[in-house]
Amino acid sequence: MHRYIIKRILFMIPTILGVMFIVFVLMRVLPGDAVEIRYAEEGTFVSEEMLVQERARLGLDQPIWHQFVKWIWGIVRLDFGISMWTGRPITHEIKIRLELSLQVALMATFFATLIAIPLGTMAALKQDTWVDYVIRIFSIAGLATPSFWLGILMILMLLIYFKWLPPMFFTSLWKDPGANLSQLIWPALAVGYRYSATATRMTRSSVLEVMREDYIRTARAKGLWEKIVITRHALKNAMLPVITVIGLEFAFLIGGLVVTEQVFNLNGIGKLFVQSIAQRDYTMTQTLVLLVAITFIVVNFVVDILYAWLDPRIRYQ
Amino acid sequence: MNTVEVTASTIRQKANTMPRWLRVVSRFARQKPLGTSGAVLILLMGLVAILADFIAPYDPLATRYDLMMQPPNAEFWLGTDAFGRDILSRLLYGSRTALLIGLSASFLGATIGAIIGVVSAYFAGKTDLIIQRLMDMLLSFPLIIMALAVVAVLGTGTGNVIIAIAVPMTPRCARVVRSSALAIRESPYIDAARALGFGHGRIIFRHMLPNVMAPYLIMLTVFLAQAILLEASLSFLGLGVSEPTAAWGLMLRGAAVEFAEQAPWMGIFPGLAISAAVFAFNLFGDSLRDALDPKLRI
Amino acid sequence: MRKGNDLNIARLIVGAALITILALAFTPATMRAEEPVYGGTLTFAVAKDPPSYDGHRETTFAMIHPVAPHYSILLKFDQENYPKILGDVAESWKISEDGLTYTFKIRKGIKFHDGKTLLTARDIKATYDKIIFPPEGVSSARKGSYAMVKSVEAPSDDTVVFHLKWPSPSFLANLASPWNFIYNGDILAKDPHWYEKNIMGTGPFKFVEHVPGSHWVAKRNEDYFMKGRPYLDGYRAIFIKSTSARVAAVRSGRALIEFRGFSPAGRDDIVKAQGDKIKVQEGPWICYLSVAVNNTRYPFDDPRVRRALTLALDRWEASKTLSKIAIIKYVGGILRPGSEYAATEEELTQIAGFSKDIEASRKEARRLLKEAGVEEGSKFTFKNRDLPMPYEPMGIFMVDQWRKIGLDVELKVEETGPFFGDRKKGDFDMIMDWECGFMDEPDLQLYKFLSHGVSGSNYSRYKDPVLDELYEKQARAKTKEERRKLIRTFEKRVLDEQAYTFPTLWWFKINPHWAKVRGWNQLPSHYLNQDLRDVWLAEK
Repeated sequence: MHRYIIKRILFMIPTILGVMFIVFVLMRVLPGDAVEIRYAEEGTFVSEEMLVQERARLGLDQPIWHQFVKWIWGIVRLDFGISMWTGRPITHEIKIRLELSLQVALMATFFATLIAIPLGTMAALKQDTWVDYVIRIFSIAGLATPSFWLGILMILMLLIYFKWLPPMFFTSLWKDPGANLSQLIWPALAVGYRYSATATRMTRSSVLEVMREDYIRTARAKGLWEKIVITRHALKNAMLPVITVIGLEFAFLIGGLVVTEQVFNLNGIGKLFVQSIAQRDYTMTQTLVLLVAITFIVVNFVVDILYAWLDPRIRYQ
Repeated sequence: MNTVEVTASTIRQKANTMPRWLRVVSRFARQKPLGTSGAVLILLMGLVAILADFIAPYDPLATRYDLMMQPPNAEFWLGTDAFGRDILSRLLYGSRTALLIGLSASFLGATIGAIIGVVSAYFAGKTDLIIQRLMDMLLSFPLIIMALAVVAVLGTGTGNVIIAIAVPMTPRCARVVRSSALAIRESPYIDAARALGFGHGRIIFRHMLPNVMAPYLIMLTVFLAQAILLEASLSFLGLGVSEPTAAWGLMLRGAAVEFAEQAPWMGIFPGLAISAAVFAFNLFGDSLRDALDPKLRI
Repeated sequence: MRKGNDLNIARLIVGAALITILALAFTPATMRAEEPVYGGTLTFAVAKDPPSYDGHRETTFAMIHPVAPHYSILLKFDQENYPKILGDVAESWKISEDGLTYTFKIRKGIKFHDGKTLLTARDIKATYDKIIFPPEGVSSARKGSYAMVKSVEAPSDDTVVFHLKWPSPSFLANLASPWNFIYNGDILAKDPHWYEKNIMGTGPFKFVEHVPGSHWVAKRNEDYFMKGRPYLDGYRAIFIKSTSARVAAVRSGRALIEFRGFSPAGRDDIVKAQGDKIKVQEGPWICYLSVAVNNTRYPFDDPRVRRALTLALDRWEASKTLSKIAIIKYVGGILRPGSEYAATEEELTQIAGFSKDIEASRKEARRLLKEAGVEEGSKFTFKNRDLPMPYEPMGIFMVDQWRKIGLDVELKVEETGPFFGDRKKGDFDMIMDWECGFMDEPDLQLYKFLSHGVSGSNYSRYKDPVLDELYEKQARAKTKEERRKLIRTFEKRVLDEQAYTFPTLWWFKINPHWAKVRGWNQLPSHYLNQDLRDVWLAEK
């Protein structure tokens, strides 16, 4: 077991380095750079001389390999550098947005779990009855509604029927819970519904799978009391893959709410992400991709270890 | 739906005289009514896409500045958009774009993914390790971010949008197919094939790939749904196909959002079309998984 | 006849009655308008964050809107009487007869926001030295507009003198540039980059807080040099990227105004929801969309083909219809219609593509194409930006117009980076082009049309020494009549004779805002009039 864990940790290093390399190259392959975009955007003409000078300030005139090594050396010392667009430290820019993103992700996960586990279990226990169908239609509808569209509809409804709009800027939960929740509950609902769809399906199929196991079948045949005990027991076993899905989705929610954040005007990591790609803010995009990748890899790792620990049948490969 | 059920029961009576594929279809129709309704919706969409030239009442590109933003009426059943173009016609033609991009992207993504997955499982050892780490790298980019980056590098346009959607799908399929292929690799007949001295290529393509058909097909339908949604999102962000091409995501953008309150028909119908299509593919995909490989986790 | 007379009389009576009622209804309001109320916080929406805070370096309105109220400038445009110029920190000025020396008297006792440092002529010299003669490593975006300046001097604490190399009719207006924030000379001497991340000005509002991506907060400057101003206690700018979210913000009252402008749909939504609580200011905008044609690529190297492209556009129809769905409206040439040197409607209709007889124009276009050997159904591409407003509707419109003269033009939408790259490299048949200015000034607006290489923003890639010469002549013209004439010749050559490139429509600035926001007049540029000095909030 220990060897397995150590091996897995060592494997993370090349993966992370690879991600760093890909994003570094990808950003530089994109046409245009931060300087060009900054000045071309408004249609104002600025001299080539000024562009050259601004590039030099950002270190873009140095050889590519030099920039790469510099970046990696910085990361090793936990120095993420400054944003090429605003000139402020990247850690500062991320810190401002992280609280909001984490909170939306947590709230959405909460909603999703609240919906998914009972519905998914019910659908499995009543497989191929109308209960199952209704639940499946409800959850697939969640997958089928583009989240940006759902967001726009929600905002319009609030505006038209309640003449009210969620607050336009973020207030910390600890400062003013009312303002905070009235802003974040809507996107959390919109995202949570979609996210619950995946989780409901996963719950349904893994409960179904456990129900097919022999010991459960026997128990169910024996009588009511056993039925209850075993069903509860079975549920516990079935939750493992569900937790995996929830965990991985959660990792993505932090950086992946690109369109939803735009529709609800949330100052989160997803918006920063898209903005930094559009602005060719190399350093910012690189750091964000790195963070999302590390989160993903670590969550994945934890899930794998959990599996191995809980289910000794899994071979450590 | 009634017609389907009636057909199904008639078929059951004549089951013995029916060809094999029809029997399979009829059994699926009986056991999975949800999946069947999904399949019917998909067929309908395919028909519309093929016959768009004949059934669309107007030229989807024809602008009529005297008839901007007309509400649904006898002449324009679903109304007109901000340029006086007929929304129904644009929706019908839009199914072409959605299917073309959806099918090609998911086919490309799932196929390459399946091959990578099988190759990885077959060779095992170092090859597997390296391929898996590569897939991990690709997987750790969020789907939409990866698609955004690919479009930014390659530029917009139908071909590039297909690639942008296929790239992030590849590692997802590779992963699922690999785990199925690992089991097949251990099976006696692969050993036998190896003992007979068959080449790697032959074993992979003739013996292993056909055996991962179930997860492959399931992934394909799931990807189709995701691809249609992703295409709509990219178009919505202005990075998909270009105007004036008829595409559902494009129809949801710009004026449709701006005039959402004054001319809601401009956005509601394309939104519904996207939902219906994604819904249908998901219904079908779910039932397909139930039928083919209930243990598959996607 | 009699009946007609009766009707007229009846109308007169009704009209008079209406006027009286209206007058009665509005008198209290007008009286209140004359007596501004103090206090309140103005919330306004801005589409983006300022990249840095340095006005001399940036070129975006997203910097101007939140940052401008912190600073004073030398001169400013009069919001009651554009394009009249007023002094801001300048009390008065004198221009020498040869037009080579500009002497400014600076107001006394202006304090910086630290509450101690006094603003002197040395600060103004340091500011303009940074703009015109930036030290090594310091960027000045509009340095090129001040090529005529020989030196800036501060002979005493309250006098600044600009010495020019040649007389320039546009120089005074250039000193009213909204970008030229006056900085503190001592700070600049220590660190010329200090102002990129910090605020220290003499403007009506002091900096409180900036949360990147979220908002910007400022409070009243109690020491502001103008007695009794500003009226507001402070302001809060909210950064909202999505257009519909910005409209929703104003509609719900979460923001009271957005200074750049909304689309017609946004305006209608807001007005419909809030009725007479909303006031709408509409007008022309010093921005236009145009088509850059690649003059170096076959068949666009043939003036007949280029002429056909512009002839195909029904600008008058576009003005009527597109202005219902987009922020484009005015038919104009190379200068904003209605501005001092712009072509009149009559002069305009003489130019190819501006005639009101579109059928004749299209017939002529088809004839020219045939003559030039361009076949019916020829395929070209037109590259456009990926922004919905106003690029997308215009792109769809143009492609449709070209279809009507038998050209099959594909609209290719590109993301910002590739779009700018292709435009600069000349990798296109035709590409969307545009320009926005902060004031109506032929020197600025005509610059774009100079030979490729002379002008960095000539994306059509033609070279024409005749135009370069005409430009120099109009820039130094002695009288307005002479300048006007030269500009007409210039315009005719660019748009008609050679049809190198051509404007489509000029923009339409729509500012719906809560009626309680008073004291802000829409000017034809979203860069101007943003110091919020005169803005106040009525109680209702």
